[in-house]
Amino acid sequence: MIKKITYADAIKDALQTSIKNDKKVVLLGLGVDDPKGIFGTTKNLYNNFPNNVFDMPTAENGFTGFALGLAISGFRPVIVHQRVEFSLLSIEQIFNQIAKWNYMSAGSSPAPIVIRLIIGKGWGQGPQHSQSLETIYSHIPGLKVVCPSSPQDARDLMISSIKDNNPVIFFEHRWCHSIKGKVNKKIKSSKIGKGKILRKGKHISLISFSYSIIECIFAAKILKKYGILCEVLDLRSLRPIDKKAIIKTANKTKKILIVDNGMKTFGVSAEILSIIYENLKNIYVERIGVLDTPLPSSVALAKYCYPEHEEIIKKVCKILKITKKINIKKNKNPDQPNSDFIGPF
Amino acid sequence: MIENKIIYNLYKKILRIRLIETAIAENYSKQKMRCPVHLSIGQESVAVSICSNLKKSDVVVTAHRSHAHYLAKGGSLNKMISELHGKVTGSAKGRGGSMHLIDKNSNINAAVPIVGSTLPIGVGIAWANKLKKNQRIVVIFFGDGATEEGTFLESIDFASLFNLKILFVCENNNYSVYSSLKKRQSKFRSISKLANSVGIKSTQLKNHDTINLFQSAKKIIKKIIKSSRPHLIEVNTFRYLEHCGPNNDDYLNYRDKNEITSWLKKDQILSLENLLSRKKILNENKKKKIIRSINSDIKKAFKFAETSSYPNKKDLMRYIYND
Ligand SMILES: Cc1ncc(C[n+]2csc(CCOP(=O)(O)OP(=O)(O)O)c2C)c(N)n1
Ligand SMILES: [Mg+2]
Repeated sequence: MIKKITYADAIKDALQTSIKNDKKVVLLGLGVDDPKGIFGTTKNLYNNFPNNVFDMPTAENGFTGFALGLAISGFRPVIVHQRVEFSLLSIEQIFNQIAKWNYMSAGSSPAPIVIRLIIGKGWGQGPQHSQSLETIYSHIPGLKVVCPSSPQDARDLMISSIKDNNPVIFFEHRWCHSIKGKVNKKIKSSKIGKGKILRKGKHISLISFSYSIIECIFAAKILKKYGILCEVLDLRSLRPIDKKAIIKTANKTKKILIVDNGMKTFGVSAEILSIIYENLKNIYVERIGVLDTPLPSSVALAKYCYPEHEEIIKKVCKILKITKKINIKKNKNPDQPNSDFIGPF
Repeated sequence: MIENKIIYNLYKKILRIRLIETAIAENYSKQKMRCPVHLSIGQESVAVSICSNLKKSDVVVTAHRSHAHYLAKGGSLNKMISELHGKVTGSAKGRGGSMHLIDKNSNINAAVPIVGSTLPIGVGIAWANKLKKNQRIVVIFFGDGATEEGTFLESIDFASLFNLKILFVCENNNYSVYSSLKKRQSKFRSISKLANSVGIKSTQLKNHDTINLFQSAKKIIKKIIKSSRPHLIEVNTFRYLEHCGPNNDDYLNYRDKNEITSWLKKDQILSLENLLSRKKILNENKKKKIIRSINSDIKKAFKFAETSSYPNKKDLMRYIYND
């Protein structure tokens, strides 16, 4: 039952498993049934489950409301947007209606909806197609927010999100889709709100989520060669956020670098920092994140906007006052996760 | 009757856009243009026929598939190719890429890649024109998909209510990415009639025939100015390449073979070439000359883009605010 598959295939597996187990699960979104199948994550599902997979008109605000209507009538809709930005058209339905429906019905009318949002960094996507907006969704009571970085977590969290009786915002980074990893399909689900230590270390803790975890691991591996042992905490969920795991690793290493997958200002990293400050004393914390600017299309500028392993390593060295020279392989094409990724979308 | 000279010029403009778009497609694999591109190949005649009836001061706003509109309205070729290359000489100095072309000199005021979001912005520009009491008209180009957004109804509604000088141009190419119109819109729905229902007159054209489109647009634009009322043109057209990117993707079989061949037969470059040859206005030699001249401009634009510098790191935080 343990197979090496991509993150995209892991999501597909979770969707397929969920529909098989519960015919009330319905997938909806622009292109869910098209030949490309949302970067492979829904490929061929329509052929197998024509009554559960629905292509949508370009009417995001409308169909998000339709999903709420379905959800409070016994269905479990899974919405997908090929870019986070397209969901902004439906913010009213999500923030005012979906997030508060259970509350406003005093628990009698839950809204089990999953909204998959894909972050589209790279290949010149530019100001309106490459933002990481985890922060704004994490601000709203009533929503849960998950952001897996590995195929196993993507699968397990998707299954849990669909089973959850609450609305779950499911962030997928486009650069995670091609990542391969071992996936144990016997595992039934994963608890939302639990972080995971991916590497143990004693000198410093890197706290991060989504694709930025990949950069953290990369940095930690390089630093290990120089005797610097980083602990890496993958938050996996942002709301609820795993306070215990944050406090535990902070207490252990006393030095923290938060690597925010989004912008720093008013961001997730600010929340983590507050959790540490409110619960512990004498912890040294720094944070890096996406630059506070609309994201440029030109790779010549975009390459300075994201926190990558090079910046992580430099920051770790600064925090730990390490002066020896660390050899860092520069990313030749910073707008591509691998050479197969040639956009265009 | 339409003058031969006009037909000849329309032909040259359409051919120019076709050759520019083809050059982008052919050069894309060099990986120097590192941004998504939604090419206009097949649909050029809509942009050209409409924009050839506009004054420089008239405004165009468009969406993700903007290259033809930008070029037809007189947008700078050098700046466009540079923008696709992410260079500082680009129309948005490399900040926007292909999806955010803008050229204030030619009054191409916006290209917005969030589907439907162009519409209200264009309405706002037309409202400003009204407040400023000028006679400019605003052309809003959008696809069939955009009419599914709430902004479409909100925009036509307000344009009608405020008597704005707007020409709404819906380029209905029957697809939104891979999804055909019949999957997205009821067969009882008509884009033109939606406009009628809020009091906007409409013109429905079954294909992108250049001359017909040019002549219709001429009359319509005159009427918009005279009556101070918006108008909507819905024109059926066809994109030749994949939704986004430089390739043909018909191997995926999402479009009917007959649909493809019937549209290819209506190719506007071929049609106009036939017509102009019959009229003895165009011959092989003359055609070669035109192509040579256009290609030379294209070559220069690519050279300009390739030899231009990238934006400077020190300007990374520029333009976020205007101060
Ligand atoms: C709000 C929003 N939803 C979805 C998308 C993804 N998208 C980009 S272009 C496009 C197709 C729109 O079709 P249409 O308006 O007919 O234009 P065409 O591509 O056919 O020219 C879609 C769905 C988007 N950019 N914005
Ligand atoms: Mg279309």
